[in-house]
Amino acid sequence: MSDEKKTQRLVIDDTPYETRYTRKFEQRKPWQPPDPRRVLAFIPGSIIEINVEPGQRVRWGDSLLILEAMKMKNDVTAAQDSVVKAVHVKKGDKVMKNQLLIEFE
Amino acid sequence: MSIASQMLEYFRRKSKAILGGGEKAIEKQVSLGKLTARDRITTLLDQESFHEYDLFVEHKCSDFNMDKKQLPADGVITGTGKISGFPICVYAQDFTVAGGSLGLMHARKITKIMDHAMKLGLPLIGINDSGGARIQEGVNSLAGYGEIFFRNTQASGVIPQISVILGPCAGGAVYSPALTDFVFVVDKISKMFITGPEVIKTVLGEEISMEELGGARVQTEISGNAHFFAHTEEECFEQIKKLVTFIPWNNRKRPDPFPPKPPKPEYDIDSIIPVNPRQPYDVRDLIRGICDDSDFFEIQEHWAANIVIGFARLNGETVGVVGNQPLVLAGVLDVDSSDKAARFIRFCDAFNIPLITFVDLPGYLPGVDQEHAGVIRHGAKILYAYSEATVPKVTVILRKAYGGGYIAMCSRHLGADFVFAWPSAEIAVMGPEGAANIIFRNEIAKADDPDAVRQQKVLEYTEKFANPYIAAANGHVDAVIGPTETRDFLIHAIEISRSKTELRPERKHGIPPF
Repeated sequence: MSDEKKTQRLVIDDTPYETRYTRKFEQRKPWQPPDPRRVLAFIPGSIIEINVEPGQRVRWGDSLLILEAMKMKNDVTAAQDSVVKAVHVKKGDKVMKNQLLIEFE
Repeated sequence: MSIASQMLEYFRRKSKAILGGGEKAIEKQVSLGKLTARDRITTLLDQESFHEYDLFVEHKCSDFNMDKKQLPADGVITGTGKISGFPICVYAQDFTVAGGSLGLMHARKITKIMDHAMKLGLPLIGINDSGGARIQEGVNSLAGYGEIFFRNTQASGVIPQISVILGPCAGGAVYSPALTDFVFVVDKISKMFITGPEVIKTVLGEEISMEELGGARVQTEISGNAHFFAHTEEECFEQIKKLVTFIPWNNRKRPDPFPPKPPKPEYDIDSIIPVNPRQPYDVRDLIRGICDDSDFFEIQEHWAANIVIGFARLNGETVGVVGNQPLVLAGVLDVDSSDKAARFIRFCDAFNIPLITFVDLPGYLPGVDQEHAGVIRHGAKILYAYSEATVPKVTVILRKAYGGGYIAMCSRHLGADFVFAWPSAEIAVMGPEGAANIIFRNEIAKADDPDAVRQQKVLEYTEKFANPYIAAANGHVDAVIGPTETRDFLIHAIEISRSKTELRPERKHGIPPF
């Protein structure tokens, strides 16, 4: 017979069930809406060039930095007209996926 | 030359080839806790049953001084033999010979034994232990892999294909196991990945060990790529020996029947399900309470445990069992559990194994992660697999069968031949709480005491709809049966369905939502 382990609650259609969670279920990340003021690395790689500094006004399409990944140089550009609040990386940094690179005002 | 000297020459050549990579390499293999390729085959197969072919095959590569190198049997052992009297074709890569690397002749030995398996209608067992492509052979080595993948695909659903990962299996090499029906792995020995830790480190800067990236536990618990986990090679071989007793030689045969045995008395089927429908139980205990000798051979036990799949016998005949597991995530369907069940259903359908489905689920798992991971597409796989299957399909609804979950779990509407329901079954569009909150929303909101009215409405809904009799009144359920009657109803249903025929429109193949 199966071993006794503590059960947890899972609510489905307003009904709470006693059950056990899987590791995958426990480790799922809560969803967050994308924030246009935060530029995140869309792929892991290296920062080989930074083209802006804090306080600088940028326009839509301006190059912010070059992120090299899988032997490709990716030009990361501004998605809106704004002012750079902070640059969180420096030239030569290795970045992980979804790491914060640049913040806008 | 006399016969005696011819025999001497034969023994000299044979004993040299059989030694593989030589004593030093064998010592190293054994020191890693691994058997040699030859020992693996002889341990797995019935004694004296292995017959080897292509022992004297040699590679033809002349680049990079390869013409001066002799690779005994080109690093792979192929042949035929028997497991418990059950004939099979087998190959085992020999890591002691050039790291088990795959060159063209190595691959051609494998494709030759695969072609035999197809012609003879016999299962194929591949034991993988290889560093990957033999780089010196260049594109010819890639050709070899491609020729194997092509045959794996042609053989899919025609002969059972079993992959055993007993060493590294990396890069393109992983795709042969991925195309086969059952993948066996052993703790600390098996390692599978497309790109290894070194590449990941240089390209992405992420550091991870081989074990954490693609070890046996990862492949059985996280990725679901492997079906069976063992602690030792010997345990792994016992699992394979057991598996082959449940499956047929090929898609034109049925599995061999065994002497019927009753379930063991310690699985008391009347007391397994709690009265409160929100409380869990282990559906495997219930399966053991119904099947022969309480012997349930579970597949992918550690992955997507909210659904249970495996083989069992009813009155001596193999059946494929699918059951929602209320013990884990309340038994919901989600991306992984749909994927797991759908592939198993298709295996059973291809190999003439009747399907028994035990239903107890509140529906599909809600969540942003599920929706964004494509639960629509993955969830559709289980609908597709059940609807497509033409083997006998028998469904037993134990408790909850709500909404889309009810339809998906081999309902009458997806072509179940027999649908039985226990008196505890609740076949409804959703659970009483959810339904009452929607149907009586205004009444509850306007009431002086909303909670009291809600409870009253939930009670009313439960009494009227949370039972099997409305579905039975509509003919969606064939019979309401008690727990102790279940084994008899299932055995009878399988017995009378032996010559079931169901014709489907002619087509090249369907297009399941892969």
